[in-house]
Amino acid sequence: MGVEGIGARVERKEDKRFLTGKGRYTDDMVVPGMKYAAFVRSPHAHAKIKSVDGSTAEGMPGVIGVLNGQQMLDDGIGNLICGWMIHSKDGSPMKMGAWRPLAHETVRYVGDAVAVVVADSIDEARDAAEAVVVDYEELPAVTEAATALTGGQPQIHPEAGGNLIYDWAIGTDVAETDAAIAAAAHVTEMTIVNNRLSPNPMEPRAALGIYDGAEDHYTCYTTSQNPHVARLVMSAFYNVAPENKLRVIAPDVGGGFGSKIFIYPEEIVCLWASKRTGVPVKWTSDRTEAFLTDAHGRDHLSTVKMAFDSDNRITALKVDTIANFGAYMSLFSSSVPTYLYATLLSGQYDIPAIHANVRAVYTNTAPVDAYRGAGRPEATYLLERTIETAARELGVSPAELRRKNFIRSFPHQTPVIMNYDAGDYEASLEAAMKEADWAGFDARKAEAEGRGKKRGIGMSCYIEACGIAPSAAVGSLGAGVGLWESAEVRVNAVGTIEVLTGSHSHGQGHETTFAQLVADRFGVPIDSVSIVHGDTDKVQMGMGTYGSRSGAVGMSAIVKALDKVEVKAKKIAAHLMEADESDIVIENGEAKVAGTDKTVPWFQVALAAYTAHNLPAGMEPGLKEGAFYDPSNFTFPAGCYICEVEIDPETGKTEIVQFVAADDFGNIINPMIVEGQVHGGIAQGIGQALLEAVHYDPQTGQLLTASYMDYAMPRADDLPSFKVSHQNTPCPGNPLGIKGCGEAGAIGSPPALMNAITDAIGNNDLTMPATPQKVWAAVHAAQ
Amino acid sequence: MYATNYHRASSVADAVHLKGASDESKYVSGGMTLIPTMKQRLAAPSDLVDLRHIAEMKGITVSGGSVRIGAATTHAEVAQSSDIKAACPALAHLASLIGDPHVRHMGTIGGSIANNDPAADYPSAMLALAATIVTDRREIAADDFFTGLFETALADDEIVVAVTFRPPERAGYCKFPNPASRYAMTGVFVAKGTDGVRVGVTGAGADGVFRHAAMEAALASDFSPQAIASVTTDPSDLLSDIHGSAEYRANLVTVMARRAVAAA
Ligand SMILES: Cc1cc2nc3c(=O)[nH]c(=O)nc-3n(C[C@H](O)[C@H](O)[C@H](O)COP(=O)(O)OP(=O)(O)OC[C@H]3O[C@@H](n4cnc5c(N)ncnc54)[C@H](O)[C@@H]3O)c2cc1C
Repeated sequence: MGVEGIGARVERKEDKRFLTGKGRYTDDMVVPGMKYAAFVRSPHAHAKIKSVDGSTAEGMPGVIGVLNGQQMLDDGIGNLICGWMIHSKDGSPMKMGAWRPLAHETVRYVGDAVAVVVADSIDEARDAAEAVVVDYEELPAVTEAATALTGGQPQIHPEAGGNLIYDWAIGTDVAETDAAIAAAAHVTEMTIVNNRLSPNPMEPRAALGIYDGAEDHYTCYTTSQNPHVARLVMSAFYNVAPENKLRVIAPDVGGGFGSKIFIYPEEIVCLWASKRTGVPVKWTSDRTEAFLTDAHGRDHLSTVKMAFDSDNRITALKVDTIANFGAYMSLFSSSVPTYLYATLLSGQYDIPAIHANVRAVYTNTAPVDAYRGAGRPEATYLLERTIETAARELGVSPAELRRKNFIRSFPHQTPVIMNYDAGDYEASLEAAMKEADWAGFDARKAEAEGRGKKRGIGMSCYIEACGIAPSAAVGSLGAGVGLWESAEVRVNAVGTIEVLTGSHSHGQGHETTFAQLVADRFGVPIDSVSIVHGDTDKVQMGMGTYGSRSGAVGMSAIVKALDKVEVKAKKIAAHLMEADESDIVIENGEAKVAGTDKTVPWFQVALAAYTAHNLPAGMEPGLKEGAFYDPSNFTFPAGCYICEVEIDPETGKTEIVQFVAADDFGNIINPMIVEGQVHGGIAQGIGQALLEAVHYDPQTGQLLTASYMDYAMPRADDLPSFKVSHQNTPCPGNPLGIKGCGEAGAIGSPPALMNAITDAIGNNDLTMPATPQKVWAAVHAAQ
Repeated sequence: MYATNYHRASSVADAVHLKGASDESKYVSGGMTLIPTMKQRLAAPSDLVDLRHIAEMKGITVSGGSVRIGAATTHAEVAQSSDIKAACPALAHLASLIGDPHVRHMGTIGGSIANNDPAADYPSAMLALAATIVTDRREIAADDFFTGLFETALADDEIVVAVTFRPPERAGYCKFPNPASRYAMTGVFVAKGTDGVRVGVTGAGADGVFRHAAMEAALASDFSPQAIASVTTDPSDLLSDIHGSAEYRANLVTVMARRAVAAA
């Protein structure tokens, strides 16, 4: 592997600038004449807009313009859209209501943007925004999806009768599934709530729109996980500008967790307002705006039936899920509770019949879309809580019940589309149980009891689908885009190398891991390799980073481009050394003729390509190759997490005393970075299970958790030291054999923790987050 | 934040004078409560009069059987003070539990009690220690000082200059932090001293900090955790919110009180 090649624990190249405060984020961008935007937002969860009066605001100090939704409509700016078409069971397309970047008729959640003020300073813009008078006629609001589906509730969009966006199903025929359940020896039934979360990236969203009247050209700096998709969508659907007149740059981005995949009203408004006012316009969200308007995650209410035969084999699974979509359909919202969720409901188990039904529902809350794991945490949580409860009901060990049902031969076709390519679930289960000293738990529990503590242990065996995704396959399922990736490898005349990638790094460490691929291939130092990403003028096209796809898809594209560079470099080297091309090996920064002492340094191969004085006959000068990689299948990371807790029965406080993660991510490029991803993911999963929850007042639709005073984020002292290990069944589907690791921690950890807590307190119904008060109430009720 | 004017007062009299120059002015100490409120545009003082550089409001002295803590003393100073650790370790412990290091190095005891957040830690100690709040114009017994949620007996331009109390024989503080804010979901300070046993409860009361008469009576005859193990608190007097119901807080009052006595 070499000290900097594949498999090496190379320290992150990008950290120097991040740790010394030299990162360059959207809010750091300053251009001549730049002004600031402040949004006028709805204080009501649901209201008609009778009028918007900006006349007082227009006269206030520093104000350059006060713009509203009617003007935006008049200028032909389009609706925000959801880019994945889902059809209901009856064949009808999903019912998408209009989402205007600035509402001009109706506001549908607290925080909905109504107008924007552009002024010399942020404070002047905010002062004037407060002076914009909006006359609202308040309407009743509904915040919970199950309630929104019942009769007599407020109708949120005229297009979606009864607030139902779609009623979709997947898998085995219902009658067949019902019959299997009816014939079962045992059926475990549960109601599962997956709590709504706020994404909370460290850097809030921001946008800087710059209109150049001379060229009729726009530049948009924005906090995006996928700048090319942003450009595509803003051009094709929002009519902001044609693609060749719109440059989107996502510079350093401080975390996304999914929430920065989507296109929001603010970036469109900044671009449009820049043209309208003739000045560059910058907006940076404050934390309250982030809580109000960043797309939330999860928010599922499900019922599940898991059926077993007399030998404890799972014979059928039936799931009914209601997914809260909030007030508008965000960019990929429709795919999350369908193809990213229900397709994973087989978990690690061989289940002959699975039927899932999903209803997507409008409510008067912030839009809900992908958040770290996107659908897969919801599937894993539902399955792993249910199988754990089943083990308790059947009186068998949770490990044995899982083992009995594990899929053991691959490829494995599930009843819900997915075809698992490789895995060894037993290996991770065994590694985790050994590391956790599962066998010694009873003694530890008895010891804790002596101290007045209730100790519990729980596991979860997760599977997820990464490397999204084969373009034709997702296209047939309704995706509006292909999910390939592109790369270009440019070898400079002196042998240094630039890799242009359509992936986007916002914390993942691509500048290091992607460079390791190149170092590994040519034996050059990673310091001579630069990774270029995040700018539509530099990188031709790309699909961005989410769904743990940058390894399996993004790096595979780089590998393809490296293959092409290597072929050409070998031809040049062979020509220079008068050897046969097939005898050339490139390693340690040199091209060698195998079995001889003839070598040419790497830089001379590059120089020869660019001087073009002595190239093989007919060869074009230069050493630069591009590639597109379209995956043939999803990848399937899987693993086993074990959590051990101690609960103070007097206060309900949970302390996590041990957390073990055993993951199979296939081959690993940089173990240190992978461990970091797992640690961060587990911290987020523990946050979901123990602390985090978005609360709306069900009557008024006001957001009750609009700051860190009320929204509980995990802190370092809420977390134990994690014990992380890796098992490896290489992914057969891509050249590097890698599966992806970005979301596993957030997917596998919530059920492990909840299984541990419910084990400790003997209550299977506890919902996330397991706050001290809920745990205390459960313990108390049992006494 | 709305624009504001900053003034640094050099003495208590100077501060009152500076504040009087405008109707919309406010005192600022650590700014750990006031500045975030201004940033959220929920407060818009035209002028801020900074109290942190007034010599007579700073420092900790123990003499003649009395402890005096200047109002501009930070939480970190109280937490680390060897005088406080000797005279009343429970108070140093309380200060060490407030917020995070940044907050403890900026926030002050005067600002905390003047603000009287129903979930703040100090007010419980002031009640339990039968402290006296010394202002620029009078002395107020803690029992008369805290009058409701974010309400105190202070006049609009009155300045807390110091707090004084007699070191207790025994005292303990136990706090159950709100998982989000880490303010007190319930905090109980118990003290046994020349004024008998006093129990101050913060975080739980619907009207803010309060003394727990039933616990005080039980502890007066037997200063032990068992003495209050079955003393209950009426949930109808307690706060209920997304973090904890009144019933849950009622339970925490007993549990925290027992643990505070055990630690005393
Ligand atoms: C992140 C965070 C966490 C926190 N956690 C906790 C916690 O766990 N427990 C806790 O108790 N507190 C907590 N606090 C609050 C903190 O203790 C504050 O420092 C305190 O409440 C106010 O003190 P200050 O000196 O900062 O006052 P300021 O914010 O400056 O002022 C607060 C109010 O008091 C008035 N005032 C200030 N000084 C005086 C004076 N001497 N006389 C009269 N009026 C005055 C001001 O006009 C203002 O109205 C936290 C704060 C933050 C930001």
